[in-house]
Formats: sequence, C-alpha cells, structure tokens
Amino acid sequence: MQFPVISIIVFAPLVAAIIMLLMKEEAKNEIRVVALTTAVFDLILSAWVYFQVYMNPTMEYQFVEKVDWLPALGISYHVGVDGISTPLVLLTGIVMFTGVLISWGIDDRPREFFAFMFLLAGGVFGVFVSLDLFLLFFFYEIAVFPMYLLISIWGWKVTREYAAMKLTLYLFLGSVFALVGALAMYFTNYQLNGVLTFDMLEIEKAGFSAQFQYIWFLPVFFGFAILGGIFPFHNWSPDGHVAAPTAVSMFHAGVLMKLGAFAALRVGIMLLPEGAKQWAWLVFGFAMVNVVYGAFIAFIQKDMKYVIGFSSVSHMGLVALGFSTLTADGITGASLQMFSHGIMTALFFAATGMVYDRAHTRQIPELGGMVKYLPWVAITFIIGALVSMGMPGFSGFVAEFPIFMGVWQVSPIAAIIASISIVITAAYILLVVRKVFYGEVPEHFEGHITPISILDKIALATLVIFMVALGTMPFLMVPMVQEGVNNVLRILGGA
Amino acid sequence: MSLNLLAIFPELLLLILGVLLLVIDPFWKKEDRRVNLGWYSAGGLFAVIILSLIFARPTGSESAFGGMIRYDGLAFVFKMLFIFAAALTSLFFMDAERLQNRAEAYLLLIASTIGMSLMASATDLVMLYLAIETTSIPMYVLSGFLLDDDRSTEAGFKYLLFGALTSATFLYGLSLIYGFSGTTQLEAMGGFFGTFNPVSLGVLFLLVVGVGFKISLVPFHFWAPDVYQGAPTSVAGFLSTASKAAGFAVLIRLLMIAFPQMAVDWQMLLAILATISMTLGNLVALAQTNIKRLLAYSSIAHAGYALVGLVANNELGLNSVVYYLIAYMLTNLAAFAIVAAFGRVTGSDELRAYDGMSRRSPYLGLAMLIAFLSLSGMPPFGGFIAKVLVFAAAIQDGWYWLVFVGIINSIIGVYYYLTVLKYVYLYRMEGEVEKQNPIQVSRPFVLGLSIATLGIIVVGVIFSPWFGLAEFATKGLL
Repeated sequence: MQFPVISIIVFAPLVAAIIMLLMKEEAKNEIRVVALTTAVFDLILSAWVYFQVYMNPTMEYQFVEKVDWLPALGISYHVGVDGISTPLVLLTGIVMFTGVLISWGIDDRPREFFAFMFLLAGGVFGVFVSLDLFLLFFFYEIAVFPMYLLISIWGWKVTREYAAMKLTLYLFLGSVFALVGALAMYFTNYQLNGVLTFDMLEIEKAGFSAQFQYIWFLPVFFGFAILGGIFPFHNWSPDGHVAAPTAVSMFHAGVLMKLGAFAALRVGIMLLPEGAKQWAWLVFGFAMVNVVYGAFIAFIQKDMKYVIGFSSVSHMGLVALGFSTLTADGITGASLQMFSHGIMTALFFAATGMVYDRAHTRQIPELGGMVKYLPWVAITFIIGALVSMGMPGFSGFVAEFPIFMGVWQVSPIAAIIASISIVITAAYILLVVRKVFYGEVPEHFEGHITPISILDKIALATLVIFMVALGTMPFLMVPMVQEGVNNVLRILGGA
Repeated sequence: MSLNLLAIFPELLLLILGVLLLVIDPFWKKEDRRVNLGWYSAGGLFAVIILSLIFARPTGSESAFGGMIRYDGLAFVFKMLFIFAAALTSLFFMDAERLQNRAEAYLLLIASTIGMSLMASATDLVMLYLAIETTSIPMYVLSGFLLDDDRSTEAGFKYLLFGALTSATFLYGLSLIYGFSGTTQLEAMGGFFGTFNPVSLGVLFLLVVGVGFKISLVPFHFWAPDVYQGAPTSVAGFLSTASKAAGFAVLIRLLMIAFPQMAVDWQMLLAILATISMTLGNLVALAQTNIKRLLAYSSIAHAGYALVGLVANNELGLNSVVYYLIAYMLTNLAAFAIVAAFGRVTGSDELRAYDGMSRRSPYLGLAMLIAFLSLSGMPPFGGFIAKVLVFAAAIQDGWYWLVFVGIINSIIGVYYYLTVLKYVYLYRMEGEVEKQNPIQVSRPFVLGLSIATLGIIVVGVIFSPWFGLAEFATKGLL
C-alpha cells in the first residue's frame, strides 16, 4: 500500500483539534504552536501532492485510497485527487496556514477557536478529496457546523448571532436537499445495476434516465450551490463574511464557498450530466445575475467587509457561469477562478481585518491614509485589487479570461454584459483603495495605528506570492486543471 | 443450560443483582458508604451485559416458555441496550444527592429494566401486558421519588394517571384481539388481521395508543414534558431513552409478527403520527425556555424520526430504526446527564442559567456540544448517520413527502439546538464571574458521561459493528 498522504492531510487537522482540546486552557502559546505546526505540516503535504500531480497530470484520480466503511450499504472511505481538486487542496493548505498566522492574537479561548477552525479545515479537505458520495456529505456537514460556533462566539458583536444562524440554516437546508438527491441516485443506481454503492466513480456509470436527471439535478446542484453563493440564495454570504472573525472570513470566502461550487460540479454536473445540459440555461441566468448584480451592490457598500463580501458573490458568479457554459474553456476558467479568488479574497479579508483591528471601524468614509502606517497592508491590498480586476500578470486574468471565452461560445451578448462587471469591479475596488489607503488621515487616528506584526507580513506575502506566481506562470496550474476538465468533458460528451 | 433458561438469562441475573443490592444495603452502618451502591449497581449491570454476551447469545430465533417469549436477536439486542442504559443511569444516580444512597432507587431501576427486557422478548399478549406494567410501575415511583418536591410528586402522579389510561386502552385492544382471533400468541395471529377492515383498524389503533404513550408520540405525548421536568433528571434521561426503545421493540414485533398483512394501513397511520410528532415536537420545542422541557419535546420529535424508518417497512428501515435508537440512546443519556449535573450545581433548569457554561467547565460544555450536535444530526456524531439511514430507508420505499417533512423538521431542530449552544458557549454570566463558579462533578458521573460521549462519536464514525448489530436484531422479521 502506498503512503496515505491524502488521509494524513485530512486527518491531521482533526487530530490536532483533539490534541488542542485536551491541552490546558492556560497554555495559550503552546496551543498556538500546535496549530501552526499542524498548518505548516498540512501545507507542505498539500504542496507535495500538488507537485506530484503537476509532474504527472492525468485524467485519472491520483493518490487514491479506498477502505470499506459500511460494506452492507456500499459506503466506503474512498479519496483521491484530480486536476480540479488538487489546486483546491493546496488552497485550503494556504488559507489554513495564513489563517493561523493572522489569528495569533486571539486571546479569548484560543484553544476552542483553533480546535473548531481545524475541524472546519479537516471537513473542507475531506470534501475536496471525497470520491464517495456519503463521505462527501459527511465531511460537508463537518465543515458547516464549526462555522456557526466560530462566527457566533468570536465574530463581530453587532450581527454575529443573526448571521451565524442564518448561514447555518441556509447551508444545512441546501445540504439536506442535495442529500435527498444523492439518496435518490443511490437507490436508482441500485435498481438499474443491482449494486448498492455510494462510490461516485460507480454512480457516474449508472446510466440514469434523462428524466431522472432533469428532476434531480436542480435540488442537487442548487443544494450545493447555496454554499457557492449562487443567486437567489446568496444572501447568507455577505452577512456571514461581515460577522465572522478575520481568519474565519478568510476560510469562509476563501475556501468554504469553493466547497459549494466544487460539490455542485462533482455531484451535480458530473453525476447528472444530462440534467446539467437541460438546466444549463437556468444556472447561466442566475450566475449572470450574480456577476452583475453582485458587482453593483458591492459598489454602493460603505463597509469594507460588505464590499468584499458582495465582490465574492460576484466573483463566485463567474465560477458558476464558467461551469454552466459546459465548455472546456469555461470549466477550466471556473476551476482556476476558484483557486485565484480563494487566495485573493483571503488576502482582502486579512487586510481588512488588520485595518479594522487598528482603526476599529470598517466604514470606508471614516478611513483614510492608511498607507502611511500600514504600507504592507496597502501594497498587498492593491495587488489583490489588481487580481480582482483581472489584470494580466495576476491570477485573476488567467482565470477570468477563459471563462469569458467560454461564455462567448455560448452567447456573445452575455459575455459583453458580464464583462461590464469587470469595469464595476475596478470602480469599487479602486474606490476602496483610494479612500482607505490614500487621502487624508483622519485626525483621531494619528499615533494610534500600530504597525502589523511579522506574522501578519508573512501571511500577506504568502498570499501575494501565489497570486503573482499563477499570474505570471500559468503553466504551473493550467495543464493540471485541463486534465481534470477533460474528465468532466468526457462525462458530458459520453452521457 | 436449557433454552428456557437461556431466554431469560439476562433477566435472571438482573433479578439477582437487584436483590443483592437490597440485601447489602442495611449492612452498611455508615451513611456515606452507601454511595458505593451505584458502583455495585453499574458494575453489576455491565457484568450482566458481559455474561449475557458470553453465555446467552441467540443463534437463531426460538420460542421459549410455551410461546410466551422469544429468544432471538431482536430481544437480545434490545436487552443489551436497556441494561447498558441502566448501567449509565446508575452512574448518573450517584451524582444526584437524593438518589445516590437509596438502594430502592437502584432496585426500581433494575426492576424496570427487567420489565423492558421482557417487553422486547414477549410474543404473547398476556406476557406483553405484564412486561409493560413491570416496566411502568417502577418508573411511576422513580418519577415521584423526591417526596418533598412538589414537581416530582406531580410528575409521578401524572405519569401514573396517563399510564393507567393508556394501559387500559391497550388492554382493551388486547382483549379485542383475543376475542376475534381466539389466541393470545402473536405468531398464531399472523394471518388473521387483513387489510382495510374496520375492526382490524380499530384494534391496531388501540394498540398504537398504548405503545405511542411509551414512545411519546403526538397525540399521546402530553405527559412527557411535565414528567421530564418534574422527575429527577437522570430518571427522565432513562425514561426518554430505554423506555422509549422498549416501546419501539414492542411496536416492531407487533407490527411485523401480528399485523404483516395490514402493512398498508399501519404504514400510513405511522406516517401520519411521525409527521405530527416531528412537527409538533420541534415547533413547540422552539418556544421552550426550560431545558428539560426542551429535551422532552425534542425527544417527541426524535420518536417521529425513528418512526420514519418503521414506516418504510423494508430491511434497511428496520435496521435504521435500531441504529437510530442506539445513537439516540447514547445522545440523550449524555444530554440529560449534563442537565442533571448542571441543575444540581446551579439549582435551575432554565436556559438562562446556562450562560457561560463552557467557561465554567470547558469539558462539560464540550460534552453538551457533542450531545446537542448529535441531536441535530451533524457528523461525526451518531445522530447524523442515524438520520441518514432512516431517511434513506424511506426514500427506498418511495416516501418522499415524509422525508421532506423530516428535512424541514431537522432544520427547525438545528435552530433550537444551536440556540442552546449559544447560551453554553457565547453568553456570559452576569459580572463575568465564570472562573469563580466552576462546576464540580463526581467521578462516577465523569465516567458515565465519558462513555456516553465517546459512544456518540464511535457510533457516528465506525458504522459496521453497530449496523451489524441492527441487522442481527432484525434478521428474519420481514
């Protein structure tokens, strides 16, 4: 048996969470060290997996592990990565690492904070690598419930209770609808082929009737896409972002929303391809609303976190848009966008958190001149803004360009309309940059703004490096993703 | 050992244990040594489980005592569950001041367990009725055990009155069965009651009333909130788990053995009962401010979820019910145990009293988190897989609307379970004095709670052995 690297990546955070819960409450620094060690360990392992897949990109799943879990019902522990999920595993590793660095200063029960955060991280890793439908749901729910605690306990006092509950109920609702769809697939597969199995590679070959797929695509796809922030179920997401503590916002927008989009692709599109073809227009339409409406709403927000929250809605709309084209370009772009947006938005939230911690306000009109005190934050935020606008040379361009190519193939008019969003994005994000980081420093901030710590700088720099690396050297990721997308296209074409 | 002896092996041991406890009690002169009774009781109960597993495991399904009881997997698995619950409850008794040193409390607990064990194995109407009464009467006394507490007395009396009423209804149903079919043996009446027959329906309904009371289904649930609130908390925990599971054992056997041809009727009847139990239980739970009442309504809702598996009336359905009961038993025992310990320290069962609990005792808070997330059906806890299994069974049989109802209810459930966790984790005590007010718990309590919480996780992560147990229990029933 080969070295079970995927399992180690998934279970390391869970084990670390248990270890931390068993440690003494007062040993705050030791707890932080355990958290950081685990995060670094996971980041190294996920980078190693990434490198291996990069060296040998195939359509097949790699690092596959399969162990029977409940054989009587065909539930197995079956994990593996392909070209689409490998970047997302790396993304989770990066966000986890930077998240720990940025949360270093949390003083209220850091033991529970890091334990819950790592539970969440373990769940997220688990979903990205699951090849068994039951396992996917198992990890999916594990990723959802710590969110509630993290937001409601350590979040922004004003809205945290409301936002946490809203988020949990939305996501739980989506997941149970998707679960019913999954169970329907499971039993229909049993009727058709006489095998009880949750294995997605088996269900892929089930040969569901077209009508079955038309019916069940909607609950399954939209059930997951709720977590991806798709219109009209996006409402929980900006509220959640705003209420969450910084590291959790990073996780939430950076990784968790990708979870929804990824599961919608993996389960919705790949297991029900006929349904995807049938309903592509609907997804396309909603995603268009996401992209354009999200950008407009972001434009009028006064709170920095709300700006970024709605920009996430807009950018995640691009992901859904890319999927819904069902073209090679569109899906490739969407997969790249998941990675690019994850890093970018983590950076935005990290930077916003740093500003807020010092200025105690996120209201854009009240801020100004931060570049003088927080040059690192300002510069990295500007780089993030360039990514957000899709500037060539940054990861955003590499991701969004193929999406628009895909959309053009489906409907040139839609591509033109969607591209308006880029202009609006440029407008709102530059507005934030100008108001917050340049201009006059309000008087009462003089002398109160302390510089950021070395840990914060490491976190920001890490994020920037990945954005620039992907932007200037797209060959580091694109071939791998294309192989993954080929597998999706094979299913779409062959069904 | 002869077959008859093997069939009641656990009950015999339980009886010996109960008598032993009663005998050794007066020999202790010093009051404080009596606390050890709980250790003897719990240890004895665990020993009964081990001995039964070694000597009395059934290999097939055999009739014993002239058809009075059956010696099969269903009976055996449920017996082990009841005894396990009683063992944990003994440990929790040791943390309750007015139960810990009273031999009769442990004896009543064990007597009730004997009744439940017989409920699970009875295949004769007379035996069934006797078993149910043997279960109930000790529970009436235990509910009203705290004589100087009005609420407890009220709970005991209320439970007695409701119990007597439904018991009479049940007995009436039994007499009708005997009158029509001419036999008291469940197996012998297998083919007698046909479908869509008003008489059969009437009989069925009377029986469901009797059992519905035990498992607190709406509309036979009225006793549950008051009794749970008034009774000593660890007794309420036992009532809401073992007693409920015993009801399910009876229901499974009755429906599968005596009414197989009326499946269409009772499926619909149970589907309706499940719907209103889930919906009413969850909706009313939303409005509760007392945690024991909240748990009472939640247990009503959970009876509804478990019933969904029975409605499916297929192999997976039966297995899922057993699995659900295993997971639910561990979860609710843990939840009630925490409430008991916390109530003992703070003297209040109001939700507001839980402010800052996780800061006062992080591990108790964590156990609460695990129990309540399991109740709301989150992985990696037992409640998740249990719910998935019952819903899966219902989907297999095409009960999509019922699953839909269940889903909506699960979401309502998530809301109020998380609300409780908000008190535990988020809110603070007045003046933020949590550190000065830690919660002390006794060693046996810690042991019992650790077993229950670890059990919740084990059941939620490692499925095969428990599912195998469920399969063993339901083999040959369909």
